[in-house]
Amino acid sequence: MTLQFNDETFRGDYTFHNSPHAVRRFPFPFDRDSYMYSVNIEQHPGGAAGTPFEFAFDVDEHYVSEMRDRAITLAEDAQRCQSLPHMELAGWDLLELIMVSKARDYPHWFELTRDGNAWRWINKPMGVDDSFTFLDASTLPYGPLEYITRQAQGDFALLNERDGNLWLDAGMITSQADWSLDFDVGMNFFEWHAPVPKAGKMGVFDKALKFLLAVNQGQSYRRLNWTMTVNPRLDTSPENYHKWGPEKRSITPDNVGQRQFLRVELQTFWRLPRSNALAFPIRCYLASLEDLCTQPKWGRRLHRVLRDIDPDLADYKGFAVNQPTIVDYLSNFDDGAPTSQGIYPDASGA
Amino acid sequence: MSTQLKVTVAEVEALTPLVKRFRFEAADKTPLPVFSGGAHITVSMQDGARLRHNAYSLISDPYDGSGYEIAVRRDDQGRGGSKFMHEQIAVGDTLTISVPANLFQLDLRARKHILIGGGIGITPFVAQLRQLDMIGAPYELHYAAHSRDEAAGLALLPQADNILIHVSQDGTRMDLGRILADQPIGTHVYTCGPETLISAVAAEAAAKGWPASAVHSEAFTAPPPGEPFEVTIGSTGQTVQVGADQTLLEALEEAGVPINWSCRGGACGQCETSVTTCDGDIEHNDHWLSEADRAAARAIMPCMSRFRGDHLVLDL
Repeated sequence: MTLQFNDETFRGDYTFHNSPHAVRRFPFPFDRDSYMYSVNIEQHPGGAAGTPFEFAFDVDEHYVSEMRDRAITLAEDAQRCQSLPHMELAGWDLLELIMVSKARDYPHWFELTRDGNAWRWINKPMGVDDSFTFLDASTLPYGPLEYITRQAQGDFALLNERDGNLWLDAGMITSQADWSLDFDVGMNFFEWHAPVPKAGKMGVFDKALKFLLAVNQGQSYRRLNWTMTVNPRLDTSPENYHKWGPEKRSITPDNVGQRQFLRVELQTFWRLPRSNALAFPIRCYLASLEDLCTQPKWGRRLHRVLRDIDPDLADYKGFAVNQPTIVDYLSNFDDGAPTSQGIYPDASGA
Repeated sequence: MSTQLKVTVAEVEALTPLVKRFRFEAADKTPLPVFSGGAHITVSMQDGARLRHNAYSLISDPYDGSGYEIAVRRDDQGRGGSKFMHEQIAVGDTLTISVPANLFQLDLRARKHILIGGGIGITPFVAQLRQLDMIGAPYELHYAAHSRDEAAGLALLPQADNILIHVSQDGTRMDLGRILADQPIGTHVYTCGPETLISAVAAEAAAKGWPASAVHSEAFTAPPPGEPFEVTIGSTGQTVQVGADQTLLEALEEAGVPINWSCRGGACGQCETSVTTCDGDIEHNDHWLSEADRAAARAIMPCMSRFRGDHLVLDL
């Protein structure tokens, strides 16, 4: 596998771009021409070779630049990574899970050597070669959670289980869809989901919590979630709303194809062994409307989904203000033909 | 990683006349998943025509994947699982077990942990105290047994100033009032053993003003045997006979009715099944359903509970 890592930015001049290969493997979240909440959960990892579902933690062409963007965000605001004192063990569990998975799945990039608790970790794309003592935080430059998630794409929440609930007691959150770790840390499952419209009444959260509490070691799962973002910005946080919020008003019929992005979260769930905590990685993928519409099936489907979506959801997902412009643009790619089942592009689509 | 593991029996040791220790190692010699103190596994046993899955707390070092150990108390009045383990399982046998799951984990926020084990209820604490030693958290462990003959914990617990043994026969009965008095703010207490011990600790803690969230317990009792009964599967009209020494869950599995399960001890909620008709009384033996659920007779936990009456229809 040869893959060039892009040199690109997620702020300022926004040079982020997807190669044609990255577009084809984009985790398009709609398996039908309409959208409503569902507990759309599948086993993970598992998927065709080359898809983002093939491996436990997908490493793609954006890896090095995303980690550079995370470092900028953390330098400006250290509160984006927090771990309550009882969560350090869960941090070690996550570090082990990520290191073991990446060394197994991408041996040409990552190497892990273990002799008891004496570990050596080599991350070639980022130029890391560190020896440390597992379970001894004094031997790492950061706590275990921060150390490993500075080298892993996507946000990471660590959930402590107690009193029949899950508590958001640690996380590395720098590429979030408008929520704040600093605000949510210490909340339980129902508290941190309180802003989501409709779903509570639908009983979605009761079912989801029951499901999550039953996740055992050896059974990990995924689901896709999505929203819309203007410009390819990872850090769409409430803390920095003043920087990205006004950009929503910059969309015009001429630039909507290039500047309006579909933002997809590949969310996975893992039971961690020593802490019995749940790891909840939230991996963010971005694709412009223009890139998505290179796949005819996706152009047709995205038009129908965004045209017909419940107004409350358009509002919650933050694109109501641009919905007419987006739908107008997408209508050019919808000839009314039927679409095939499932999320993958048609073979002739490229 | 699968949720089922193939293991071979590496050691069997009689700890007391009633309790045996078993050590399992992976059949393919790969490391087993590490776990958290308080975790249990289910052991699948082919007992004649009957396939049993019994849950046992792990007593070995949670961070040591070279093997798992459990301690099984023989119960001749039970449904036969512990008897099967004692009489049929020998070194070299191959067994299927589940990956570890934990319904009785330590609350790592605690400033101090008090572990109270009664009888065979000592087992989850044997692994927990190893974890507490490793993370350097303060704790004290109290182990209560009727007599030295049945006190398997004596062979499983290390000797230390913060590990206290109370044997009724020796006249060193456990004094819960003293144990729970004058503990620092932020102390959590965990109890595993007979229901009487669990409720006594809960009552003493409540009387002393402990917050409910700092009081934990696991009553991981085996499903009791009972009278045979019959249930009807709502979707198909099929009737399923449940034998005296069989659980409803085992009978459903034998009849090929698909149903989720995990702990088989009435604690995890996975096998909760809705009831559409109940002409009789459900004998609820679980720790999952609320009083309201029970009063309405709208659900049953097939891993633990039984039925006495004319007609029970399950929404399966």
